[in-house]
Order: sequence, then structure tokens, then C-alpha cells
Amino acid sequence: MKRVGVWAALLVVALAFGYPFWWLVSASLKDRAHVFDNALLPRPFSPGNYVEVWRAVPLLTWIGNSVAVGLAAAVAATATSALVAFGFAMFRFPGRNALFGVVLATMMLPAAVTMVPVYLEWHALGLATTQIPLWAQNLFGSAFYIFLLRQFFLGLPSEVFDAAKVDGASAWRLFTSMALPLAKPGLVVVFVFELKAAWTDLVKPLIYLREPELYTLPRGLKAVLDRFGEGGEEQWELVLAASAIATVPMVLLFLVAQRHFVRGTVTQHVE
Amino acid sequence: MVVGERGGRAEGAVVVGRARRARRGAVTVSGREARAGWLFLLPWVIGFVAFTAGPMLFSLWLSLTHYDMLKPPTFVGLDNYREALVDERVGTALWNTVFFTVLHVPAQIVLALGLASLLRRAGRGSGFFRTVLYLPVMTPPVALAAMFLLLLNGQHGAVNGFLGWFGFQGPNWTTDPVWIKPGLVVMSLWTVGSTAVLYLAALTRVPVERYEAARLDGASPWRQFWHVTLPGISGTVYFTAVVNTIASLQVFTEAYAMFFGARAKQSAEGDAALFYVIHLFQEAFGSLRMGYASALAWGLFVVIAVITAVQVRLSRRYVHYEGERS
Repeated sequence: MKRVGVWAALLVVALAFGYPFWWLVSASLKDRAHVFDNALLPRPFSPGNYVEVWRAVPLLTWIGNSVAVGLAAAVAATATSALVAFGFAMFRFPGRNALFGVVLATMMLPAAVTMVPVYLEWHALGLATTQIPLWAQNLFGSAFYIFLLRQFFLGLPSEVFDAAKVDGASAWRLFTSMALPLAKPGLVVVFVFELKAAWTDLVKPLIYLREPELYTLPRGLKAVLDRFGEGGEEQWELVLAASAIATVPMVLLFLVAQRHFVRGTVTQHVE
Repeated sequence: MVVGERGGRAEGAVVVGRARRARRGAVTVSGREARAGWLFLLPWVIGFVAFTAGPMLFSLWLSLTHYDMLKPPTFVGLDNYREALVDERVGTALWNTVFFTVLHVPAQIVLALGLASLLRRAGRGSGFFRTVLYLPVMTPPVALAAMFLLLLNGQHGAVNGFLGWFGFQGPNWTTDPVWIKPGLVVMSLWTVGSTAVLYLAALTRVPVERYEAARLDGASPWRQFWHVTLPGISGTVYFTAVVNTIASLQVFTEAYAMFFGARAKQSAEGDAALFYVIHLFQEAFGSLRMGYASALAWGLFVVIAVITAVQVRLSRRYVHYEGERS
């Protein structure tokens, strides 16, 4: 194909993939009579939808919950996955490779299999209706991130570590003062991936959160959809305004951290 | 093997690993090193026991009981499994799930491959297009569900508006039971970007010399694609096929957000979008039938394990790995 043809095709693709975003923002700024009109620009211009949905539901609380849960999930996943990955990358001991095989196998394990028993565990602990189950599992490392960070640690020049070992540095010092700073790009990848995962997840909030004050943004958005969407009050402009509010932070996160998302995506491939 | 921009470094890592293994023969592993290693792994070992292995055994036992969280579990043998075999909703859910997977996985792969080839040919300046392609992946699935309930709407939706330009009368994607699953597949293709980015990375690693050799032999672009490109990236394609299959057999969020939940319409539309994990979720957290839901979960586990095993078998025949070629 000629260059021009390629660029023309890409332009069409970009329009197709970009259109829903444009449509979302535009429709969220239309009044009820025009929300279905698919016009590119909102006429009449009704930014009041955002004020109205903000008043109708506790969006600020939900955003706060999502930020708190997202940060807890991302910090926990990054810290402990780095710890475990370092263990796999830097030490030799019997059973290590078999254990790493188990880590890889859990990546393939369907999450649906442990959904019920893990819920019952949190229930037994009396925490099944709190936000804790949304992030606390990350305190024990996460298979994909362990795999990803192990790759980073293996890629670090081993001479530096050998020299430090000869100098008598403890394993903990090797980890905190050498490995972590050097693996910073990898840590950022894990952090932004998990932040995105926690921000967008609906499954766990559906299982665990009962009180609307505890809802994260996706769970709240589901409530908005149920109340104002089809079969509800049919006020789609409010649903779309809330959807835009939930989406914009992720778009910004991607624009800031695009490199890291791409890097994390292309490192997924393990054989 | 790891693909990507770090391919070179990852290979270096493999070499380091080999050197270490060679060294291991000479140097006996010190007890101190083993102890330190295990300490670093401790969080994962605890988590594995508490949130993976333990729960799996627990759920295996639960699947042999009736348990509603009010009374203690009562042992019922294989009753739950027998019930699952004749449960009409399990049949519906399985059919829906397989139907979705069979459409979604190949469509996703073909589209991602096409988009990645386009991006590859664009060369420099493809960055902008890569961004646009990847952005949908960032959208929260519930927002996606809300948007596509309208975009796929039979009367007002932009998708049918687009089809109308070409004289097609689009179906009622969100209400006609026949079209609900195809509609969900169309929607799932909007988030093809991450797979496309993965393929792009794989494409850039196919050696240019192979294309040159093929061109010298007078191979058409189509033959080049079949004989150079596809073998070169078949490992990556296979990997995404396996992972996407496992994921789409567990499809839940978008369909649940669109057709289930508080709204009281569990009629025809609900049935057409009743996927396996949605059924499991409803049995567990709607009807509190924890034993039955655990049996459903193990059923899914077996189905996924069998399908993955078949895919591994097929890969031996069709997938070329770099190491084996030269």
C-alpha cells in the first residue's frame, strides 16, 4: 500500500475510534430533547447537566472513594510485587523455579473460581461490606506484576549487585537502595496499571459495597445508570455527564503515562 | 520469552540466567541466601495460601454442600453438579458465552492485526494514532456500557446512523435478543487497542531481511504476509488467543452493566445477555446459593482448562518460535 493510502486508512480508523469520546462529551452537554440527536456540537448548550447530576448523587464522595481505593491498591501492589519479584530475581535457592512456575500459573487462573470463597473469607473476618477487600489482596503481590518486575530486575547489570554483596551489603539494603531506584520505570508501570484497574473495576464493588457512601465511581455510575437510564427516569444526559466525569481522569492518566501503559502492555507476553 | 521494546535486554537477562545456572553447579547454595530469598517471597506465599490455594480447596468442598450463609453448610455430595447439568439457565449461559467468545476472539485478533499493520506502515508519526487506538482501553467499562446502550440504540444510535449511510437498516442491537450478543461483540472491538499495540511491538521485531528475501523471490504482499509476517508473530498471536479466550469466557462487566442489576427487566434481553459468570454471580450474591455457585465455578474452571489444553496442543502444530527456526 502506498503511504497516502495508509494515512487515509489510519485517519478513518482514528475517526471511528475517537468518535465515541467526542459524542460522549457532546451529548453530555445537550438538553433532554437533543441528547439523542447525534449532532457533533451541543445546541442548545446545556452544561447544567453536570451541576444537576452532581446534586442528584454523591459524586464527590464516590470520586474520593475511588481515589483512596485506587491509591491503596496501586501502592500495595507496587511495593509487595517489587519485594517478591526481587526475591525471584536475585536469590538462588531450591524450589525457586517451581514456585515461579506457580506464580505464572495463577496468571491463567480464572478469577471467577475464587470469587465466592474469597468473599466468604472476608465475610468471616467481618469485613465483607467494607472497602478493604477492594485493595487488601494487593498486599500479597500480584502475579502479572511480579512477573513484570522480575524481568526488570533481571535486566539490571548484575556486576553492581555482586560488588555490593562483596562489600557486605544486606539483602534488604540491596533491595531498597539499589534495586528499587534502578527499577523505577518498572515500578511506575505497575503503579499506573493497578491504578487504572482499581479505578475502572465494577466486579469487586458490586460484591462488597452495600452502602452508597462507600461506592467507588464505577459502582456509583452503575447506580446512576440504573436510576436515570433505560427503564429508569430516562435522563440520559445525566448518565452521560457522570460517565464523562468517570472517564476523563483515565484519559488524562493515559496522556501523562502513555509510555508506561504501552511498555506494560507489550511486556505481557510470556511463553 | 518477553516481547517488546525491551526485547534485546530481555534476551540479555536470559543469558545472565543461564550463566547463573551454570555457576550453581560449582557454588553450593548458601543457607543464608535461601533464607533471604524466602523472606522476600513470603508475602506472595501467604497471599497464595490465603487468596488462591486455600479458597480453591474451600470452594471445592463448598461445591459439595448447600450453603446459604445463614445455616451451616450441609453436605449433599454431587447434587450441585447434577443440578448444573440440567439447569436451563446454565445451558443458556454456556451457549451465550461460547457464542460471544467464538465471535469476539477471532474478530479481535483480525482487527488488531490489521490495525497493527497499518500503524507499522505509517512509520514515524504513528504515535498519534496509537494514542487514539489505546484510549478506549482506559474507559471504565460501566461508562462504556452507558455509552454503547445509546450508540447501539436501534432508532437513535450512531452505529445504525453510520450503517444508514450505506443504505443498511441496522438492527435493534440492545433490545432484539438475536442481536444483543453481536452488539456486545461490536462494542468489544472498540477496546482492541491494547492487542493492536502488542502486535505492533511483535511486527517491529520481524527481521527486515526476511521481507527483502521474500521480495527478491517475487513474493506478493499477500504471500509476504502469510509466509513472513504471520510466522514471525505467530507466538504473540497465539498468546493473545489463549488469554483473550480465557477472558471472554468470563465476560461480565459490560453485559451486566447494560442488561442486569437494579432495573427490573430480566426478560428476553436479560436471557440473551446471560453470560456464565453473570449466572454464577446471581446464584452466589443474589440467591446466596454459595454451594451451587461454587459448583458452577468449578465447571467453568474445567471448561477453561480443557480449552486451554486444546489450544496448547494446536500451538505445537502451528506456532513458530524464533529459537526453533535458525
